[in-house]
Amino acid sequence: MTAIDTTPPLPAEPGPVPEAYAASKKPLVGQQTWAWIGITPFMLFAILFLIVPTLYLVVGAFQDPDGHFTLQNIYDLFTPSILNAYWLSIKVSVASALLGALLGFFLAYAVVLGGLPAWLRPTLMTFSGVASNFAGVPLAFAFLATLGRMGLVTVLLRDLFGINLYGAGFNLLSFWGLTLTYLYFQVPLMVLILTPALDGLKKEWREASEILGASNKQYWTMVALPVLFPSVLGASLLLFANSFGAIATAYALTGSSLNIVTILLYAQIRGDVLHNQNLGYALALGMILITGCSNGAYIWLRARAERWMR
Amino acid sequence: MKQSKIGAWIAFIIGTLYFIVPLIGTFEFSLRMKRGEYSFEAYRVVLTDPNFLASFGYSVLMALITVVIGVVLVVPTAYWIQLRLPKLRPIVEFITLLPLVMPAIIIVFGYLRLYNSSSWLPLTANARSTDLLLAFSYVTLALPYMYRAVETGMRSIDVRTLTEAGEILGASMMTILFKVIFPNVRVAILSGAFLTFAIVIGEFTMASLLNRPAFGPYLQLIGANRAYEPSALAIIAFMVTWACMGIINVVGNMKSNKRTA
Repeated sequence: MTAIDTTPPLPAEPGPVPEAYAASKKPLVGQQTWAWIGITPFMLFAILFLIVPTLYLVVGAFQDPDGHFTLQNIYDLFTPSILNAYWLSIKVSVASALLGALLGFFLAYAVVLGGLPAWLRPTLMTFSGVASNFAGVPLAFAFLATLGRMGLVTVLLRDLFGINLYGAGFNLLSFWGLTLTYLYFQVPLMVLILTPALDGLKKEWREASEILGASNKQYWTMVALPVLFPSVLGASLLLFANSFGAIATAYALTGSSLNIVTILLYAQIRGDVLHNQNLGYALALGMILITGCSNGAYIWLRARAERWMR
Repeated sequence: MKQSKIGAWIAFIIGTLYFIVPLIGTFEFSLRMKRGEYSFEAYRVVLTDPNFLASFGYSVLMALITVVIGVVLVVPTAYWIQLRLPKLRPIVEFITLLPLVMPAIIIVFGYLRLYNSSSWLPLTANARSTDLLLAFSYVTLALPYMYRAVETGMRSIDVRTLTEAGEILGASMMTILFKVIFPNVRVAILSGAFLTFAIVIGEFTMASLLNRPAFGPYLQLIGANRAYEPSALAIIAFMVTWACMGIINVVGNMKSNKRTA
């Protein structure tokens, strides 16, 4: 699950180097060729605890139990039970990313450009910092206490308005229940990412388009949205990957009754439920590919979006 | 203009309701333990549960170890990249973003296979070395936030001039790093540290799969077996997260006050 820091975006270029150094190019300490030794501990850590463990899974996905090369594990991913798990994960992630992006956009818009009292903005930002980090097991508890069968909202709706949520087919331990729960950290995350982008919409652009006779709709479709598009799309991809890799909330909410891919992988790691270690690696590989593509596109789009913020 | 203001209020009110109602619901539920009256019984039960204290203490300790390892790893690296190896910046930045790309469950899955008791580096063979592995896994989780915070701090000071001044005065590299650079990025380190703390304290996936008695797995266990205690725990966890974020804000403000003074 992703948390977000509230530090301002990085400046695009490092600060100016004093003239004397730029001119002399003389190394400060020791030989330039030995400079890389300074980052050896970091690299060693990254190789041992990030890169090699992941490569181990990737390689294992293409091996049979005796260590020979095979594509059988990849083929075996396309069995109904595994495909269903991926599919449900993708559905929940897409739904919570799109709804999170939409609601987060309106919320960020409301405090940045909507003309609300100024004190609401820092309040919302602080709360978003908290809520986007309030994920995992406690979040599941909060929603069970609110929308579970004995939850406050369920009971109030039944007693005050005669609306029986569960009778109407709602179930917290379902696709929509999980999506609704995930929105609790997705929306604030979107608010935190989008607020700087909305701040980047310059007043001058609006004024210029108004002087040129553009309507409000034209301003949005031809100026504001094209500028915001990389930020919104990029943030949605981050939200997607964020919920795709999440497990703690879903596990605490549903136990193992909801067949999403992280819960399947959890069960596989714990007890080899697929009865094939290497198929487990292939399952992990599929997840790496999906979150990798989505986050890779996010990082690329963020670089594009930051062009407008200078 | 007026219409958009109404729209903004509607968006804000719906948002507020969505975020506040579960908190109220959870709080109300946590008070219902004694039949027919509101009481803090669930909190009393939770706070006096020895397993709560043990697992919470364990996670706090883990968070502290994670912060120390993370700072020792990230600050010299960011310093060195800034000072001597700016060309490697994209590579290091890419590595620090990797944990965002790879879900925690993937990373810990790799650890379990790579460092199992019959491997070349059997870190999961005994409890102490597994603790170390868990701390390392938390460092990877915290890496994107820690690095970004420290890197931002590092860019706002003149690393070159500070280093040069230190060298002219005859300080060794270590002295410069620990007595000059560290104090100057203190605020960045602190905000990275508290964010790390907020992430690590209730982490479930890694602790559970590495079989360590941390707060996250304890929460899950209580959730599966009890009715009212989970709500009380959720409120406590929310307050811990809130405290961490609050401290980050306070620390950040301290910096800007000092600047203007």
